[in-house]
Amino acid sequence: MGALTNRAKVLEQKPMSFLERLYLPAILKGMAVTFTHMFKKKATINYPEEKRPFSPVFRGLHVLNRDAEGRENCTACGLCAVACPAEAITMEAAERQSNEEHLYREEKYAAKYEINMLRCIFCGLCEEACPKDAIYLSETFAPSNFTRKGFIYSKDELLIPNPVTDRENFDKAKGLREAQLKNK
Amino acid sequence: MSEEVKKIKVTIDNISVEVPAGTTILQAARMIGGDVVPPAMCYYTKLEGSGGKCRTCLVEVSKGSEADPRPMPKLVASCRTGVMDGMEVKNITSPRVTDARNGVVEFLLLNHPLDCPVCDQAGECHLQDLGYEHGKAGTRYEFKRRTFDKHDLGPYIQLHMTRCILCYRCVFTADQLTEKRVHGVLSRGDHAEIATYIEKSLDNNFIGNVIDVCPVGALTDKTFRFKNRVWFTKPVTAHRECKCCSGKVTLWQRGEEVLRVTARKDQWGEVEEWICNECRFEKKKTSDWVIEGPAHVNRHSVISQGHYEKVVKPTETFKAVHDGRDPQLLMDIHSVSEVNDPNVDLSAIAGPATGEVFKLTKKSS
Repeated sequence: MGALTNRAKVLEQKPMSFLERLYLPAILKGMAVTFTHMFKKKATINYPEEKRPFSPVFRGLHVLNRDAEGRENCTACGLCAVACPAEAITMEAAERQSNEEHLYREEKYAAKYEINMLRCIFCGLCEEACPKDAIYLSETFAPSNFTRKGFIYSKDELLIPNPVTDRENFDKAKGLREAQLKNK
Repeated sequence: MSEEVKKIKVTIDNISVEVPAGTTILQAARMIGGDVVPPAMCYYTKLEGSGGKCRTCLVEVSKGSEADPRPMPKLVASCRTGVMDGMEVKNITSPRVTDARNGVVEFLLLNHPLDCPVCDQAGECHLQDLGYEHGKAGTRYEFKRRTFDKHDLGPYIQLHMTRCILCYRCVFTADQLTEKRVHGVLSRGDHAEIATYIEKSLDNNFIGNVIDVCPVGALTDKTFRFKNRVWFTKPVTAHRECKCCSGKVTLWQRGEEVLRVTARKDQWGEVEEWICNECRFEKKKTSDWVIEGPAHVNRHSVISQGHYEKVVKPTETFKAVHDGRDPQLLMDIHSVSEVNDPNVDLSAIAGPATGEVFKLTKKSS
């Protein structure tokens, strides 16, 4: 049977020379390579004592935004949920009552808002879809957990601290962010 | 003696069609179908006297007729202009028309609040579609938008006057469908508004149809208010025995809940058959209806994102392979998630849900 193409090469298999048969030179050569790596810059860091800076375009854990008066921006329009390719976002809308005007910015708000971090692929399409500046992907990632239940994030986990009623935590979170920016 | 209806030839965007005399340009265009159909915000086939108000259906008549081939000097409203033999009409092929339509859309959006994220009509709103096709990204309007006090139109219908484009469709509906019209357009010019003169509720049995004819979100269903976004509900056609109407409707479901009932709409977004208030507002159980199947939704509509039509579910092989054992669930989502809680029946709540509805059923664990 002839070859299909004429690109086939015949492999030469010469018998090994004396030095090659000793194996020692090759072993020493390999060890020398290993030894030089002791003086090179390490590729790893001592996490969690040291942390790598995130890129400014990093897409991490979601936050739900509030405005300067501490009211929630989200109006449960469902655009993040319809944009989500992993179908990770679900919500329930409710009507704002007259005594809740300091809590929610518009007449409709998300009474329940959940992101399933097991489904989320951190693509950032929810952030792009949001017409109300309500959802942002932050520069952290979701912490690990022992159970699946711990990955269903509700509004308690997602909302940023209220700048009016919870100034301390708000400043703390803001300070963290500014420190991160300064380190870059 | 049957009269022979004379067929006349009209050419719209270089496509010829033979129509009976007395047809309007818009109707002739709809007979052709496709892209040559001008958009219509105020015209409604089933409402006598409608049309001629919104000016979105403007077309250019480049040749009046075979007898008088002069072009019409101005753009004409196609919903109110009858065709003549040999008439040549330009719609999308005329830059004048596109330009004028862009201007009309800009005018319609002048006072529109653009609160689509809150509005229940979003996703099936004709003004949204129109703005998407013809609108500009920004506005040139520098003044305050007109606002209105909230007007209460009875227990079932919510009026958002700020969103209204004054198409008069709901007024014609009330006039022609019900015995006693109690709402109309008050005031003039910029102050014109849809209102009941004295806070009178609309309680006629067919008044719910004003919700369906409204091209924008000005008149919306209070029983569906804020319950869910339109594109997350599943449209199915259904019917029931009804004493006063045909009973042929579209149900908008979430799971087994019936969140909303509307009349069936044709490809131009017009109601096929009017339905009564009882069917629309009070029959919110799946058991009230005989379900026919998923309703057809245009694939360009956001509502089709659920892909309910012609779905073929793969057969479950797990059980057969594992000697009839069900797959073991690693997590039941309802044990953690508070969204779509089986204990909360949104269809059973008369008005929009409040925070209390979800608070009461919050999980104790």
